[in-house]
Amino acid sequence: MAVVELAIPARPAYLSLVRLVVDAAVGSLAPGLSAARLDDLKIAVTEACANAIEAHETTYADGPVVVRCIVDDDQVTVEVADHGDGFDPDRIERLPPATDPRRLRHESGLGIPLMRTLADEVSFRRAVNGTTVALTVYRPPD
Amino acid sequence: MQLRTEVSEIAGWTIVHAYGELDVATSPDLREQFIQLVGEGRSRLVLDLDGIDFLDSTGLGTIISALKRARTHDGDLRLVCSQTRITRLFEITGLDKAVPLLPTLDAAVAGG
Repeated sequence: MAVVELAIPARPAYLSLVRLVVDAAVGSLAPGLSAARLDDLKIAVTEACANAIEAHETTYADGPVVVRCIVDDDQVTVEVADHGDGFDPDRIERLPPATDPRRLRHESGLGIPLMRTLADEVSFRRAVNGTTVALTVYRPPD
Repeated sequence: MQLRTEVSEIAGWTIVHAYGELDVATSPDLREQFIQLVGEGRSRLVLDLDGIDFLDSTGLGTIISALKRARTHDGDLRLVCSQTRITRLFEITGLDKAVPLLPTLDAAVAGG
């Protein structure tokens, strides 16, 4: 198992750096992962980091957002840990279907569904001092 | 990477060519640009996404906002995108049914 960890200030300007590090770390440590799956993972990680940054902004939380890439033989997991108040992913507002004109009233709420679609596994772990989102994609056999 | 835009006019449509990354950090700039364009009376809009390297849910939300603003002002927003990795995000979220997604700029400005 290999672990690469990055701690960023809770500001959107650092999201690009997170993607660069995930790309470099996973690209070199899990070379069998396709470019498309790596793209999926980077989008899912960006969504998790954006939620983490928003949680810090909402609660004026101190401290960094920590991104940890864990590369195992059969899977890659990226954990995103924040110090915000946390949220319940199951209580995210349900969006009307895209063909419903009311859908256009909703400009947010797409992040969690994207994470769930793009990663093979998603888990949300809430604690008193923050939330950790774990996003896993499976590695193809060698 | 930052977001860069160029604006041009074709057949009565205002084309916004976007290059770079459209995420939570850069979306506010694009949102402002659309507000300004519609405010100037340019509500027939095309957003060319072929120069976009990365798109997230905030970027998708910005596009919904621009679509809504354009339609509220008797206009429309059409998208140009030939990259599967970008169009896939519209399909996953179902937004491909809400906003016209065309493979070329010619197709986007055709048909009035």
